[in-house]
Amino acid sequence: MGAPDIFKLFKIRGGVHPDDCKTLSADKPIVDLPMPQVLHIPLQQHIGAAAEPLVNRGDLVKKGQLLARSQGAISAPVHAPTSGRIMGVGGYPANHPSGLLVRTITLKPDDHNEWIDSLEPSSDPFLLTPEEISQKVTKAGIVGMGGATFPSAVKLKLRTRYDLHTLVINGAECEPYLTCDDLLMQEESSDVLDGVRLMAHALGVDKIIIAIENNKPLAQQAMARAANSFDTVQVVGLPTRYPMGSEKHLVQTLTGKETPARGLTADIGIVVHNVATALAVHNALRYGYPLIARVMTVSGGAIKEPLNVRVPLGTPLTNLIEFCGGFKEEPEKLISGGPMMGQPLASTRVPVVKGSNGLLALTAEEIKSQQEMPCIRCASCVQACPCGLIPLEMATNIRTGSLDASVNLGLLDCIACGSCSYVCPSHIPLVQYFNYAKGELASRQRSQHKQGETKRLAEARSERMEAIKKAKRAKMLQRKKEMAEKKKLEAQKKQDSEKKESEKSGVDA
Amino acid sequence: MNDLPLVSGPYSHSNSSVPKVMLFVMLALLPATVFGLYQFGWPAIFLFTITIVTAVLAEALSLKLSGKPVRLFLMDGSAILTGWLLAMTLPPWAPWWIAVLGGLIAIIIGKQVFGGIGQNLFNPAMVARVELLISFPLEMTLFTVPAPLFSNASPGFMEALAITFSGTGLLDGYTGATVLGHIKTELGRGIDLQQAQSATDSLWQLSLGNAGGSLGETSAILILGGGVFLLYKRVITWHIPVSMLGTLFILASLFHLIDPHAYVGPFTHLMSGAAILGAFFIATDLVTSPVSIRGQLVFGAGCGLLVYVIRTWAGYPEGVAFAVMLMNAFTPLIDHYLKPRIYGRDRKGHPINYESESGDKA
Repeated sequence: MGAPDIFKLFKIRGGVHPDDCKTLSADKPIVDLPMPQVLHIPLQQHIGAAAEPLVNRGDLVKKGQLLARSQGAISAPVHAPTSGRIMGVGGYPANHPSGLLVRTITLKPDDHNEWIDSLEPSSDPFLLTPEEISQKVTKAGIVGMGGATFPSAVKLKLRTRYDLHTLVINGAECEPYLTCDDLLMQEESSDVLDGVRLMAHALGVDKIIIAIENNKPLAQQAMARAANSFDTVQVVGLPTRYPMGSEKHLVQTLTGKETPARGLTADIGIVVHNVATALAVHNALRYGYPLIARVMTVSGGAIKEPLNVRVPLGTPLTNLIEFCGGFKEEPEKLISGGPMMGQPLASTRVPVVKGSNGLLALTAEEIKSQQEMPCIRCASCVQACPCGLIPLEMATNIRTGSLDASVNLGLLDCIACGSCSYVCPSHIPLVQYFNYAKGELASRQRSQHKQGETKRLAEARSERMEAIKKAKRAKMLQRKKEMAEKKKLEAQKKQDSEKKESEKSGVDA
Repeated sequence: MNDLPLVSGPYSHSNSSVPKVMLFVMLALLPATVFGLYQFGWPAIFLFTITIVTAVLAEALSLKLSGKPVRLFLMDGSAILTGWLLAMTLPPWAPWWIAVLGGLIAIIIGKQVFGGIGQNLFNPAMVARVELLISFPLEMTLFTVPAPLFSNASPGFMEALAITFSGTGLLDGYTGATVLGHIKTELGRGIDLQQAQSATDSLWQLSLGNAGGSLGETSAILILGGGVFLLYKRVITWHIPVSMLGTLFILASLFHLIDPHAYVGPFTHLMSGAAILGAFFIATDLVTSPVSIRGQLVFGAGCGLLVYVIRTWAGYPEGVAFAVMLMNAFTPLIDHYLKPRIYGRDRKGHPINYESESGDKA
């Protein structure tokens, strides 16, 4: 398969060039966080159903032990990041803007860090069947680690339903500040590559593209070196432009093909996985390690010493911040993820979860928030939108309550990348409008569904009642009829007997 | 920390802002403006100042009446820019009340009655210019020949005050028709174009700005430079100016080729009057032009077409203001029909279907 030296790339529409701020942490090798005093492991760290806890307060667990099992087709199990004692299973603030309580297992680590002995490493995972691989990936609790947290095994099973030909590894890391994938590719290139090849094996594809933005030359070199001996693997440099890491846009850049609306990249034969996910797959298949730790970037202008840290899942953010020297100044906002699509956090108590790729403590100068002004129809947002939408009109419609009009304009095709808000000279929080509308539409749909259900049930009930009434009436009638007949019969009998009697007496007389 | 209301990201910004956008446009206008003020002397400076001050005062008053934060909205610079653009299209020695009326019309009728910044359908400066032109055709078409500041021909400060404020000033010696105006009159008298044109300013004069005309529309080169600056700063895109001037150029070339004696050549069309000012500064007005690329191309072409039609066959020698306003009226329609194609969908909005184009598997 004579791979061309220069890979032909295709242009995507729109996008922005934010100041990437990656130099803060780009030259910091990955360091291990010392085990915290306590871990808070949420049962829902993925898209889908929450895991079902299998442990109770007081239980002693070992590192890698299953704490909660997967619930249903789209779900993921949760494992113990270290050995220790279960302090309890209960509500704890979530790694989410709401900070609402979610079911969380609290683990007090002992100092032994002792692995459970039921791990099933395989000496040559390439001998496993695709089904066995996805089964092991499911059991290891691996989810998309770029932030989407979709259970990875579900994506590995796509071969049964789609005609796949290429696995794309997303090493774009287009969010500013984040450098954890960059460092992973530099330091653990051969392990990442092994995981990538295993995923390709599971998917049954023989073409692999590892796509890395050109602002990460070291990662590109490291991966190219690792991939040198495999001619099915190509390392491709991507132009540095946000949102290059959006999988649909990444695939378009590489193939020139757009993913059909409402569809998956698998519709055009391609599956996209993240770099960190590949490493997790490698660890799960080679060593039997479940997903219990991840690498994340701690950065931002308010952090004293920005770092790339390998963190046990469940670590409270306070520990991470302390490890990075604490705050230089009071941050304006604390963000989970990158500044473009990350979520604001309400507290530093919340734990690190599977999807946490970054923790940013941003200063007011970095956020550059300003008073919102009226739209001047400058169309910067139209130019910046990678999806070909008209953000300004969508927002106007949402503001006036015409949610259906905004859907007609393509609201549901919006990927919430934030390019529009980023360029808006009037500082209109466009993404906020879109998220509000999406949420409102979903809740309307739910209440409509509920109304429909209520109506259906009510109708069914009245029908039932009607039927019962009818049956009763029929029965009544029946009984009346029977009674009448009986009476008639009795009357006749009486008459007959009277007749007989009179006859008898007549005879007697 | 985090006591702000919860708002979705991004938590970063390109650092652009409305005042910055307005500032860039003003910077782009500055060279041509300074040159125009120099060319036409003190009366022009008075007129320019009065127009802007009136516009800003009218804006402040309207904001106060509508209960909006006056300082915040005044600081966006849009009122200054509207006044500025209007002043650029006025005859430089027009009396003071033209400037005051113009400023009031532009801000109050052109912008604030629609709901203020971003809400107006028509370009405010053009609304004012067109209303003035229709109401006061005499004052609005008395163009001065250039008399550079401090030159002998230039009126002194006191003389200028008289010109602007008591309306006594305009001496015959100072006035002269614009190129387009002259040609129109002469053609109307049945005089051959070549002959008519020989008496007007040369193309060279037009591009340098050493020609009669409105305050800021005389130096094509300086205006063009400002336009290029706006393109470089990405305040505007090339689509409207190129499609507008391109359409004008093509139409003018076509008719000029058909009958050079009756139709003015393309370069005269481009270099004279408000063609370039209109293409880069008026038609590209963010608020009143379409938002999509295809929409902008159609809009620009429409402006170019209308400018040519009005200049050539209608009663007025110049048609940029009318053309842009007519196209402004089409902007909502254009925006409705010419939307960008959504990712993953065809032009009709249906999800892309690859099966129909079979065998497309690399």
